[in-house]
Amino acid sequence: MYAFLARRIAATIPVLLIVSVLVFLMLRLTPGDPAAVLAGDAASTEQIAQIRTSLGLDRSIPEQFVIWFGHTIAGDLGQSFYYKTNVATLIGQRIEPTLSLALVTITIAVLVAVPLGVLAAWRFGSWLDRGLMGFSVLGFSIPVFVLAYLLIWGVSLKLGWLPVQGYKRLADGIGPWLYHLTLPAITLSVIYIALIARVTRASVLETLGEDYIRTARAKGLPESTVLMRHALANAAVPIATVIGIGIALLIGGVVVTESVYAIPGLGRLTVDAVLARDFPTIQGVILLFSVVYVGINLLVDLSYVFFDPRIRY
Amino acid sequence: MNLKRKMLTALALWAGLALTTGTVLAQNNVLRIVPHSNLAVLDPIWTTAYMSRNHGYMIYDTLFGTDEHAKIKPQMVESWTESADHRLWTFKLRKGLEFHDGKPVTGEDVTASLARWGKRDAMGSALMQFVQRMDSPTPDTFRIFLGEACGFVLEALGKPSSSVPFIMPKRIAETDAFKQIEEHIGSGPYTFKRDEFKPGDKAVYLKNTKYVPRSEPPSGTTGGKNVYVDRVEWNLALRDAQAQVSALQKGEVDIIEALGFDHFETVKADKNLQLPKYATLGLQYMARFNHLSKPFDNAKVRQAALAAFSQEPFLRAQVGVKELYKTCPGIFVCGTPYGSAVGSEIQSKSNMKKAQDLLKASGYDGTPIVIMKPTDLASIQKLPDVAAQLLRQAGFKVDLQAMDWQTLVGRRAKKDAPDKGGWHMFLTAWQTFDVWSPIANPTMDTRGEKSTWFGWATDDKLVELRNQFMRATEEPAKKKLAEAMQTRAFEVATHAVLGEYDQPMAATKNVSGFFVTNGNIYWNLKKN
Repeated sequence: MYAFLARRIAATIPVLLIVSVLVFLMLRLTPGDPAAVLAGDAASTEQIAQIRTSLGLDRSIPEQFVIWFGHTIAGDLGQSFYYKTNVATLIGQRIEPTLSLALVTITIAVLVAVPLGVLAAWRFGSWLDRGLMGFSVLGFSIPVFVLAYLLIWGVSLKLGWLPVQGYKRLADGIGPWLYHLTLPAITLSVIYIALIARVTRASVLETLGEDYIRTARAKGLPESTVLMRHALANAAVPIATVIGIGIALLIGGVVVTESVYAIPGLGRLTVDAVLARDFPTIQGVILLFSVVYVGINLLVDLSYVFFDPRIRY
Repeated sequence: MNLKRKMLTALALWAGLALTTGTVLAQNNVLRIVPHSNLAVLDPIWTTAYMSRNHGYMIYDTLFGTDEHAKIKPQMVESWTESADHRLWTFKLRKGLEFHDGKPVTGEDVTASLARWGKRDAMGSALMQFVQRMDSPTPDTFRIFLGEACGFVLEALGKPSSSVPFIMPKRIAETDAFKQIEEHIGSGPYTFKRDEFKPGDKAVYLKNTKYVPRSEPPSGTTGGKNVYVDRVEWNLALRDAQAQVSALQKGEVDIIEALGFDHFETVKADKNLQLPKYATLGLQYMARFNHLSKPFDNAKVRQAALAAFSQEPFLRAQVGVKELYKTCPGIFVCGTPYGSAVGSEIQSKSNMKKAQDLLKASGYDGTPIVIMKPTDLASIQKLPDVAAQLLRQAGFKVDLQAMDWQTLVGRRAKKDAPDKGGWHMFLTAWQTFDVWSPIANPTMDTRGEKSTWFGWATDDKLVELRNQFMRATEEPAKKKLAEAMQTRAFEVATHAVLGEYDQPMAATKNVSGFFVTNGNIYWNLKKN
């Protein structure tokens, strides 16, 4: 196990190196000029050139890479061109809203989707199963922003139950935090409910046909025990995989939800940084996303040991 | 615990949450504004971004201001004199001016601030060409010595748009003009809450209780800057146009600075909301030609494009709401001191037949015209489509290239040929105050590649007229020169003006005190 862990952690180093080089090159080779963005619309070409020099963008690409890479290796992600703030500080400010949103979303999704998936498998072919399949098609199909607008209109404007937008930090109290996160999390969880419920249904359905399930039933175990302790537990590996991928996607891909609900998270930061060609911020955020992806994949792999004792590393 | 009890407990919890949060939100003395964009740069001299300018107006004061009719009026200045030869200007600061750190505003702070501004701003550097020196003989006085007379001293000091000459403490104003300032201390009506500033999230301003407003009623950037709220919060995270309107309807924000045209009728129909009239001059749409690239290096080809560009189609497509736009043939904006239709006939009385004839006569060789279309800027994104269609009708070949605004901003600075990463045309919008003055209007700088703005028009006659305008000190002469400049600009087709529009602002009904600012200014507002 420890050897496996060490190997996996060591494997992240080349991954991060490759990501760093690719992101750096892609940013430098795509059109757009951070200096022009900073200078404003009425700036002259001379002013833009001066800003470019002050940002070090007049140096050659290899020279820029060596400087940036040296700083990154030393743990310094640099300073945002756009905000003139340390990139690590910016990420620190934005990570809480994104993690909060991801956590609440995935909690709602798991709490709703797993029981639904199990029930649908248990009642295969029934109206419940068909209803769930219909819902999952809808959940996959409806764009997040459309659902967000509908929920804002219904839940916030008509019923007045939840706020339209904004985020409160956990430090402001768990009440306001949850109050502001509920609607965005529900919006975002629909697609994950659809995904996890489908995978759960398929996985449990497969295990329900196994001999040991028949044996369990023959032993006279209650159906709930058969379902939860035997069917679900043995179907957990693919479900855990999907949940893990879901968390990773949530951390990097909540741009639309963060935009509609005005949540100042990493997704919004990434979009702003891309639009402003804020190279240090984009590089910092993508490095973080890479670490998160690698880390979550590792955790998912480790979780297999817990769900299936036959698996050994 | 049975199911019913569980549900009741959950409901009680939600009610508690709602009440707690409701209490927090019920802050009547906090004005919550959704600005038109994100605030990134906090130095309004270093950048020309409007958001930085608006931030500047919150915390800094200005020597002069521009009223709603584009007239220059004193602000920090109490009185001033001008020598008979127009070369010595002496200004006396009014009493009670104090920076947020408690130190009084002195003439030395002013001269240091003007010197830094003069290195960054186009109009400032134009003024500095005339300035021999500046000094401060007494703490409440400063003087400007000119090498030769020029007619835009007050116009420059009171300019309200990008790169406003805001007054900062000397120690801050002495920062290298090409580095951003680190401290944000002004003498304006609000103080900046630096510790609460979160880029991309929110910016917070507190009422400056020591600020002494002028006694005149507010108008534009002049008059009394009375503050009736304790705190102003700019919501920098709320960028989605539909969510902005929903938040306004729910009362979570008080003002949307730039309401999308698509939402104008929704807000108008909502009895709890208002559309304050804050601008009489609005904004101007513009198409800019690249004078360095063939075929737009040929004035006749540019004239053909000008003749094709009737303003109404652009305004109808982009704005759509009839009451928000108007055609105006003048380069210097209708309703301003130099606004006129003189010389505009090539565009204002044109038609497609004339455009086609002009293009045939120009010797146009069929080179595709590269138009840059920003897909992410709702306020101007439809203009390039209209331009492309009108140019095609006139006989041009068009290559409409979609890109995001920041790509466009980077690309327009390139002087390469259009097929090597350059461009022929882009379309944009200006706040009126950036273009109403023949000196400030960037398109009037026709010094070719030395021009300060993209497009690099070359015309010696226009350069000469602009120089004469700078030196003219009497208003009738200035007006005549402005007309001559406009006539010449249409002759050589420096650019095309595409009409004017009002950018609607939306607010809840409990906010009052709006006045004509012609910009995004937040004093005099009360929240009931």
